[in-house]
Amino acid sequence: MTFQRFLPALVVAAGLLALAGKPAAAQGQEHAHEQPEPPALKWSFAGPFGKFDRAQLQRGFKVYREVCANCHSLSFVAFRNLAEPGGPGFSMGQAQAVAGEYKIKDGPNEQGEMFERPGRLADYFPAPFPNEQAARAANGGAYPPDMSVIAKARTYERGFPRFLMDVVTQYQEQGVDYITALLKGYEKAPEGMQMAPGMTYNKYFPGHGIAMPPPISDGQVTYDDGTPGTVDQYARDVSAFLAWTAEPHLEARKRLGFQVVIFLLVLSGLLYFTKKKVWHEVQLHPEEMSKKS
Amino acid sequence: MSGHATYQPQNGFMRWLDRRLPIASLVYSSFVAYPTPRNLNYWWTFGGILAIMLAIQMVTGIVLAMHYTPHVDFAFKSVESIMRDVNYGWLLRYVHANGASMFFAAAYIHMFRGMYYGSYKEPREVLWILGVILLLLMIATGFMGYVLPWGQMSFWAATVITNLFSAIPLVGESVVTWLWGGYAVGNPTLQRFYSLHYLLPFVIAGVVVLHIWALHVVGQNNPTGIEPKTDKDTVPFTPYATIKDSFFMALFFIVFAWFVFYMPNFMGHADNYIPANPSVTPAHIVPEWYYLPFYAILRAIPDKLMGVMALVASIVILAFVPWLDTSRVRSARYRPLYRQFFWVFVIVCIGLGWLGGKPAEGGYVIAARILTFYYFAHFLLILPLLGIFEKTKPLPNSITESVLREGVPIGASAPRPTSVVSR
Repeated sequence: MTFQRFLPALVVAAGLLALAGKPAAAQGQEHAHEQPEPPALKWSFAGPFGKFDRAQLQRGFKVYREVCANCHSLSFVAFRNLAEPGGPGFSMGQAQAVAGEYKIKDGPNEQGEMFERPGRLADYFPAPFPNEQAARAANGGAYPPDMSVIAKARTYERGFPRFLMDVVTQYQEQGVDYITALLKGYEKAPEGMQMAPGMTYNKYFPGHGIAMPPPISDGQVTYDDGTPGTVDQYARDVSAFLAWTAEPHLEARKRLGFQVVIFLLVLSGLLYFTKKKVWHEVQLHPEEMSKKS
Repeated sequence: MSGHATYQPQNGFMRWLDRRLPIASLVYSSFVAYPTPRNLNYWWTFGGILAIMLAIQMVTGIVLAMHYTPHVDFAFKSVESIMRDVNYGWLLRYVHANGASMFFAAAYIHMFRGMYYGSYKEPREVLWILGVILLLLMIATGFMGYVLPWGQMSFWAATVITNLFSAIPLVGESVVTWLWGGYAVGNPTLQRFYSLHYLLPFVIAGVVVLHIWALHVVGQNNPTGIEPKTDKDTVPFTPYATIKDSFFMALFFIVFAWFVFYMPNFMGHADNYIPANPSVTPAHIVPEWYYLPFYAILRAIPDKLMGVMALVASIVILAFVPWLDTSRVRSARYRPLYRQFFWVFVIVCIGLGWLGGKPAEGGYVIAARILTFYYFAHFLLILPLLGIFEKTKPLPNSITESVLREGVPIGASAPRPTSVVSR
């Protein structure tokens, strides 16, 4: 199968691809003008040996609790998760203390009435609004999405050929990169751009008009570990926290993955040499071999 | 194709059983003594890989079903609970979701291999058609499975695909209402998809049995495309094919594991982590990657009914390939022109897949139309005409001759020239 033999086929294929590729290139440029790509940041949990930075998750949790939680629910995360391995690394006591600060609606009791009680480890983070309508009414008609899996529910287009390279580099932090960029992406609207009422300009939001006003400013949250309170830091920390809420077993997954891949590599090696040994005879004496069996 | 040893029960119980139910004999003759051409290359290992993938999908699926709730209000939540609270639930779900992708990837490679080496030709037509039926069943099963997490893409994919039936003249609308179990995609739709998603894999397993049965009647094709003539041309399935299949399966699993453990959401769509919302349409509704070529064909045709017919035809046409290909020579090895057109066809399929993921506008539509035309032209013009006009290369007299003359298939160790000469 030499290259020359394939030349005619290649020419045809190249022609077809060129035809198909033209509009794509134009499309790509158009989009680039419209919406910048979120910068790819370094994350401790990226790559095959990635692990969450406990301190960062704890800081991110503080940002969530003091800022985001005013409008965004976190309905798939329970207080007990805060103390589970592979997470922010709170002690059981700390997680219990966090739970105790929330009021949970429970019931009905023996009198048939609903009542409020302090949260327990088994409870889930309560939503800030009783229902979607209440959330919309309080937020100018917009519904703040639940944040539990938002780090996996947001992305940006990687395009050819990068999406193929991502398989090798294991880049899958599009969601967190996007959220970080979005939190830092509040700017003055460009000249001549009219924002709809209640909308704020954001460089990274699709269409640029976002219903969420700039959620956080420098110094708004005081970190317990002395980390400087900048919007950049808040954005990174809360994004990392959301990466954990979206994928709480990420560390266990990557750890097991390494073991599985090593096992399979060794197994493939052994099978390869076994196969070579078994087939060796066939190549030498095909007729004797068939007699033997 | 006979001549290899038959099963001799070793102990009293097996002798007793074999006279009443010769199941051990069946296994022995099918998977141990079964003569397999000695020159099979690694493209032939995908049949075994597919069998394993079906087993993996069924096992993970049955366990997932123990934790999943098929209800519009709880489906998304139950999937998240599998991911978070079920022991190794994340592993089960990611194996199942990525397993579907790997299943389709293996099936497509398996089909392209069949096309390249003419494995559909006489007497393997029924074997091939059973394969096309398996593909149709896989497509249906995969589609319904994608709906179950009840994310945005689940819901909108279900809406778009079920709406295709409304293109049927006169009864279309009624058929769609009947499929939905209501006047929109809703809870009855989800529940019946769940039921069918659980049922169809067992149907697939049944057709796989027929597929393997047919295979064992006609025997495997091989890279030369000529039938084994003597015992020299074949080797017993075990240990030769088993060890070769196992080795390549292990390599295949490395790729599989790479996705499951390191890139579990790479082949999915981010929007499916947003709970289904009938009042918000996603910017681009795209199916899973393995449906993209067919989706591109559907959208390439401006008329809805014609588009649906083209979509169906693009799959059903495969069943007619044994008769559309008029060449007497099976393997592309000895068909210099067909070999080139085969690779062009592969590129066209990949191109269609790429276009299926793009918005249906402007140049993309034009490109999709050209490639759709080529897709059908490959079957309806190129295959019939090539058989008439192509000048094929001389075939070797036997598989063994081809192995010794042309060298060794990929992956096998090279013969020692001295010993060949001395014989």
